Amino acid sequence: MPDETLLSARGLSLRFGAIPALIDVDADLWPGEVLAIAGESGSGKSTLLNVLSGRLTPDDGVVWYRDTQAKLQDVHAMPQPALRALHRSDWGFVQQNPRENLRMGVSAGGNVGERLMAQGSRHYGRIRDQAADWLTQVEIDVARIDDLPRTFSGGMLQRLQIARTLVTHPRLVFMDEPTGGLDVSVQARLLDLIRGLVRRLDIAVVLVTHDLAVARLLAHRIMVMQRGRVVESGLTDQVLDDPQHAYTQLLVSSVLQA
Amino acid sequence: MAYVAVKGGERAIDNAHAWLAQDRRGDPAVAELGLDQIAQQLGRAIDRVMAEGAVYDRELAALAIKQAQGDLIEAAFLLRAYRTTLPRFAYSEPLATENMQVRRRISAVFKDLPGGQLLGPTYDYTHRLLDFTLAANGQPPPAAEAEAETAMMPGVADILGHEGLMERDIASDATPADLTREPLAFPAGRDARLQALARGDEGFLLALGYSTQRGWGGSHPFVGELRVGEMSVEITQPELGFPVDIGDVTVTECQMVNQFAGSKTVPPQFTSGYGLVFGHAERRAMAMALVDRALRADELGETTGAPAQNVEFVLYHCDNIEATGFVEHLKLPHYVDFQSELETIRRMRADAMREAAE
Amino acid sequence: MTRIEGYNFAYLDEQTKRMIRRALLKAVAIPGHQIPFGSREMPLPYGWGTGGIQVTAAVLGQQDVLKVIDQGADDTTNAVSIRRFFARTAGVRTTTHTSEATIIQTRHRIPEHPLTENQIIVYQVPQPEPLSKLESSRVETTRMHGLAEYGLMHVKLYEDITRYGHVAISYDYPVMVAGRYLMAPSPIPAFDNPKMHQMPALQLFGAGREKRLYAVPPYTDVRSLDFDDHPFRATRAPHACGLCAATDSYLDEIVTDDRGGRMFVCSDTDHCETRRARGHVGAQALAAE
Repeated sequence: MPDETLLSARGLSLRFGAIPALIDVDADLWPGEVLAIAGESGSGKSTLLNVLSGRLTPDDGVVWYRDTQAKLQDVHAMPQPALRALHRSDWGFVQQNPRENLRMGVSAGGNVGERLMAQGSRHYGRIRDQAADWLTQVEIDVARIDDLPRTFSGGMLQRLQIARTLVTHPRLVFMDEPTGGLDVSVQARLLDLIRGLVRRLDIAVVLVTHDLAVARLLAHRIMVMQRGRVVESGLTDQVLDDPQHAYTQLLVSSVLQA
Repeated sequence: MAYVAVKGGERAIDNAHAWLAQDRRGDPAVAELGLDQIAQQLGRAIDRVMAEGAVYDRELAALAIKQAQGDLIEAAFLLRAYRTTLPRFAYSEPLATENMQVRRRISAVFKDLPGGQLLGPTYDYTHRLLDFTLAANGQPPPAAEAEAETAMMPGVADILGHEGLMERDIASDATPADLTREPLAFPAGRDARLQALARGDEGFLLALGYSTQRGWGGSHPFVGELRVGEMSVEITQPELGFPVDIGDVTVTECQMVNQFAGSKTVPPQFTSGYGLVFGHAERRAMAMALVDRALRADELGETTGAPAQNVEFVLYHCDNIEATGFVEHLKLPHYVDFQSELETIRRMRADAMREAAE
Repeated sequence: MTRIEGYNFAYLDEQTKRMIRRALLKAVAIPGHQIPFGSREMPLPYGWGTGGIQVTAAVLGQQDVLKVIDQGADDTTNAVSIRRFFARTAGVRTTTHTSEATIIQTRHRIPEHPLTENQIIVYQVPQPEPLSKLESSRVETTRMHGLAEYGLMHVKLYEDITRYGHVAISYDYPVMVAGRYLMAPSPIPAFDNPKMHQMPALQLFGAGREKRLYAVPPYTDVRSLDFDDHPFRATRAPHACGLCAATDSYLDEIVTDDRGGRMFVCSDTDHCETRRARGHVGAQALAAE
């Protein structure tokens, strides 16, 4: 594993029955950087995200994570309790559909405070203050702290999910199409928010998207995937301004025409 | 041997019925069951059949049970079918259960209350040990007697309602739904829901009620009050202008007291679940009250999602006459539809095997 | 009462008792953790104390003195029924005095009189899973206990405080046992929870219908869940017992008329009688004289 990377994967392969979802994929992520995994549907990008985060086990290959003690952990060899604890503390996962990651019957404050309570916070007032602080940071009106997510718009739900995920200051966040399904204007605001938070808090992000504009706005580096393989990778601006692989060229040109 | 098409359907049915009648009768050397024996000594079966058959007539229920060989859903079916033939000539006044001639009345929410805790004839505290003396027949020793309770017996709903602790039912002049005349329509009001539950399958209601206690849509229920006793049924004929007593019915009533709704600013109140059934049928009345409350979840602003809270799921599947009809209809010939399935599957298999060979 | 013929001591056969005792040993070894056991059909219905009865039957010996209470009283119908059951099937001495009993089987109360190292208290439990109202899948709750992931319960408490200003759980208030397992103490009023903490007696819990046993060994930490700034409070009706004037026991509310008339009496009948025998007199008892 290269020195100083936060997350590294080598030789990841995975088949779903007869269908190859990942074919010999490598990836590296440095602390504080945003890596975009781009491609169309069926490219394997979401599968890769799930393998990197330990949610899916690959048929071949390994994923290494450098923990807070600078110790290397094989993500798929970790015991379940340790992986789950990691997901509640140093790691975060932002789903495309925020409803999957929120408790819809619990107030906004309760949703944000849950990770704190899971880590042992026992002071209601302080938990509530921190939740209120985070709602402000994700630009949700603090007056909504006791409201149920059922009453929130799609964009607000996504911001609530982000607050819920970031409240424990994770070092690494996985994001699966975080702006998917939202109106264009809402998307823009959300992307701005994510960019600001990620930079200010120095969070490393693995971001899956089919939208190259999102990659350009948020990511330092980009990996382009097609049918399970990484066809091109590098600095985002370089890859998007001067694509080398035919498929990347196709993707980029489609965006320009749109 | 050459194939001969099956004939003689009518004769087969006649023979089947004759055999059934013989089966039902059993060994002719054994005394035949009298309807009075069934009515007197299998009272709980009578109560169940009257409830699910939706007809209060103990003798008819006894006949149905005998005819159905003890299959109680079959017996309820007989009563329902009979019901269709009955003309309707009046609606009764609503039963005022506070005037019930109480045989049994308990409350789990107060240790003692006006009118007292009356155990009545209950199985509750029997030990479920088979009593072989019953096999030998004989008279039970006479039970102790006392003057009937005449003291006031206010309902627990009223006792709690006094302090505003429990929501009150609001009397309405609207015409109630009538499931026996119109098909179920959604959204179904509480009146239609209670009607459906009152004659729903006891096992189904029991399971749903049970599920709410185990976390599938719970409401922290308490038995506020359970009453069993006799009520007179009255009708008011327009020519007479005053109510006339046309007979007595035994009913079981259950008032469940459930978790409060409310907040820091809206004073919380206990919420109600209600069950009322023909005969002495506590399990049914209690299950009905649990399910009634679960079906109110939406109205009370609670998160729904449990089976017992799903109004369509519960109301469409609680009628065991409908259910048994449809389930058992699968025994009818379906070979025409099945034939088309055979053709389809043969074609698909041929395609798959051909592809695999390539 | 003469012992019934044809049944083993305390109804259950010795193999079954051994199976239950093995499960109880596991339970004692892992305080607060639910142990599955092969619950048997008993002559009383599920939900009426079959778990408690099986536990008592498994630990009962001929020299034991048994007390059975329901809602704190020895004379409630179910307590009478269960006490009679053991009198018939085991022929053991029974008592209504807490201090005389070696085994106390209880439904929904802990006696007011402190228990000693020589006693066992057996709780009847309807729902052994403290998370059952929040998560209906047992597969999921088992995982949560195994991973000590109790966020769901903490969130529930947070929501209560947000909505009502305080935790809205009045009975079966969840506790943390030995700092590791979340446990359902059975539907005792929250008022009784503090008695479980560092109790000198052995506490055994039986859930027959759900087929689980659990235990709290003597002198174990049992803490009711709360927040530092919203600490747990044991609440009771703010009255004195109308019969014995006790101001620190849990009270039953008796409705005396339909115009709101009320009287409050100790739920623990033995406690109340003992106090009256010592000369304590409450307001309603005075009025009656």
